[in-house]
Amino acid sequence: MTEPLMEVEHLCKYFPAGKKRLLKAVDDVSFSIYPGETLGLVGESGCGKTTCSRTLLRLYEPTSGSVRFKGREIVRQSSKELLAFKKDAQMIFQDPYSSLDPRMTIAEIVAEGMQVHMPASRQTIQKRVTELLAKVGLTEDYANRFAHELSGGQRQRVGIARALAVDPEFIVCDEPISALDVSIQAQIINLLLHLQREKGLTYLFISHDLSMVRHISDRVGIMYLGKLVELGNCEEIFEKPLHPYTKALIAAIPEADPDAGSQCRFRLEGEVPSPVNPPSGCRFRTRCAYADERCARELPQLQQIKPGRSVACHYWKTLQSDPDCKE
Amino acid sequence: MDRILDVKNLRVSFHTYAGEIKAVRGVDFSLNRGETLAFVGESGCGKSVTVKSLMRLMEPPFAEIKEGSRIQYNGEDVLAMNKTRLREYRGSDVSMIFQDPMTSLNPTMTCGRQIEETLILHRKLKKAEARKQALRGLELVRIPDAEKCLDKYPHQLSGGMRQRVMIALALACKPSILIADEPTTALDVTIQAQIIDLLRELRDETRTAILLVTHDLGLVANFADRIQVMYAGQILERGTVSEIFHRAAHPYTWALLSSVPKLAKCAKQELYSLCGTPPDLLLPLNHCPFAARCEYCMQICKERMPEESVLSETHRCACWLQHPNAPHVKPFYEREVCRHD
Repeated sequence: MTEPLMEVEHLCKYFPAGKKRLLKAVDDVSFSIYPGETLGLVGESGCGKTTCSRTLLRLYEPTSGSVRFKGREIVRQSSKELLAFKKDAQMIFQDPYSSLDPRMTIAEIVAEGMQVHMPASRQTIQKRVTELLAKVGLTEDYANRFAHELSGGQRQRVGIARALAVDPEFIVCDEPISALDVSIQAQIINLLLHLQREKGLTYLFISHDLSMVRHISDRVGIMYLGKLVELGNCEEIFEKPLHPYTKALIAAIPEADPDAGSQCRFRLEGEVPSPVNPPSGCRFRTRCAYADERCARELPQLQQIKPGRSVACHYWKTLQSDPDCKE
Repeated sequence: MDRILDVKNLRVSFHTYAGEIKAVRGVDFSLNRGETLAFVGESGCGKSVTVKSLMRLMEPPFAEIKEGSRIQYNGEDVLAMNKTRLREYRGSDVSMIFQDPMTSLNPTMTCGRQIEETLILHRKLKKAEARKQALRGLELVRIPDAEKCLDKYPHQLSGGMRQRVMIALALACKPSILIADEPTTALDVTIQAQIIDLLRELRDETRTAILLVTHDLGLVANFADRIQVMYAGQILERGTVSEIFHRAAHPYTWALLSSVPKLAKCAKQELYSLCGTPPDLLLPLNHCPFAARCEYCMQICKERMPEESVLSETHRCACWLQHPNAPHVKPFYEREVCRHD
């Protein structure tokens, strides 16, 4: 197997939540990302997907744990040493309306990163900007416009051009399509796939839209309340989910097929508990149909059950043979 | 057929500094008792404006329902209703759930009082009786610990719970039509599934007709009876769910259907994507609104508006391809399916 591009070990990010309490947004998460692949990260809102990705890029300071990028530790580096890393790892944000500076022209937005990371003459940068805009499907006329003159899909293209400007190897896509229309979503996904093929990019793709994640990812990680509960090959996860939460998530996807049958057997009750005061033991036990005392007592660890497939559940083996919870 | 709503030639415009935006351009449809009708389309195609007009929420000076439009509820002209009747009509005959449960509940009132208020105003109940009814309403939408929820403010509830309160509020006076304007867009997948299940159960229990506005075809497939595909303020295609999903006739419907990744489909292949953007609604439109983005566009598409052709009793499609002299084309998504089999 190839060397991982990014290795994340026991990453934690806690936020103070008043009264000496902690909000454990990301709690002991470990995974690796391999070059050229797309790792999908899925979960309900508030489960720590975004915090996790931002901590990876050191947009948030991790509470503990380690993140290695191409073998180099990046958690305890000074901002100067981080500069090279920030050139290699870029981010596309969720909301194309608030992630572009309203007072800068599109050309300035795209050029800003280049001026920091790869200084060149003004003409060279201008030429690169035009090339980048063309690459993401925007014509030259957009260069001197402002973000408010563009539609949501066009803005997201600018966000992608900005991320590509410094020739990164790794891009975190934080719900890049959730704010867009269906037909525009398809355009952006196609653009991301095309760029990946052309430049060999590695993506961490965060989304709550499972069908899109399945479409674009090679491997998928499922998060619940700050914990990674299942990790594995995309097809395997969707074909044979092991963790009860994964099963419930997949069952909840409305399928665009009237014959698919409306009533599903595996409906999730209730809502996500507060991360400030998570349940003891397994975090999912309050909504899990199979939970017992052991789940309340012991926190299940993410264990590897075969190469490239891990799950954090005490009973994944017995559940696997249970005919009731088969998909 | 028990028809409760009949809309003919509905046209709605907004007056702005730039000119008159014709958001809805001649929409006809009807709704039967107990049925679920879905409006599907991209944002800005006039879905929300159409359903809001039904409640007469599109009023001057911002918007204008054009002359010649007709909305009839049980044979009664909605556009001619006076203030008193309109107040009665909204809430007890037709009520609405909005997209964002955060902003559509009153933050300064407890959930219980908001429901009680409707009951006291519409059904002339006494306070104690209204509270009892409100509690029953919250129980109906399966809120755990409904008694406590009565005294909570909206900000103390999660998004899914707020949407349930909204539904309880909308159903409080037992309306015969429930308008759901993107009821699950702001919610998580698992919560979305819960809310849709709830709506389906309530529909079957109370025989309320539902007008569902959404851009999520997955949601429509399992929930609606009929679908109307809207584009640039017009209905391009309408039919039962299976007609739209299996025998769609309009290129725009094909595009919508194939831009959704199918769960069973193999990964990493290109999704079909529509180029371009919907037409500017400020400009006059006297040809097919979809012509500029259509793969099968012919000369006539750019010159004249297509008539709605009847494909079956329920299935209609406004497209020149349906003309007897038009070339016979196969939808591109069928080609794709063949390639993968």
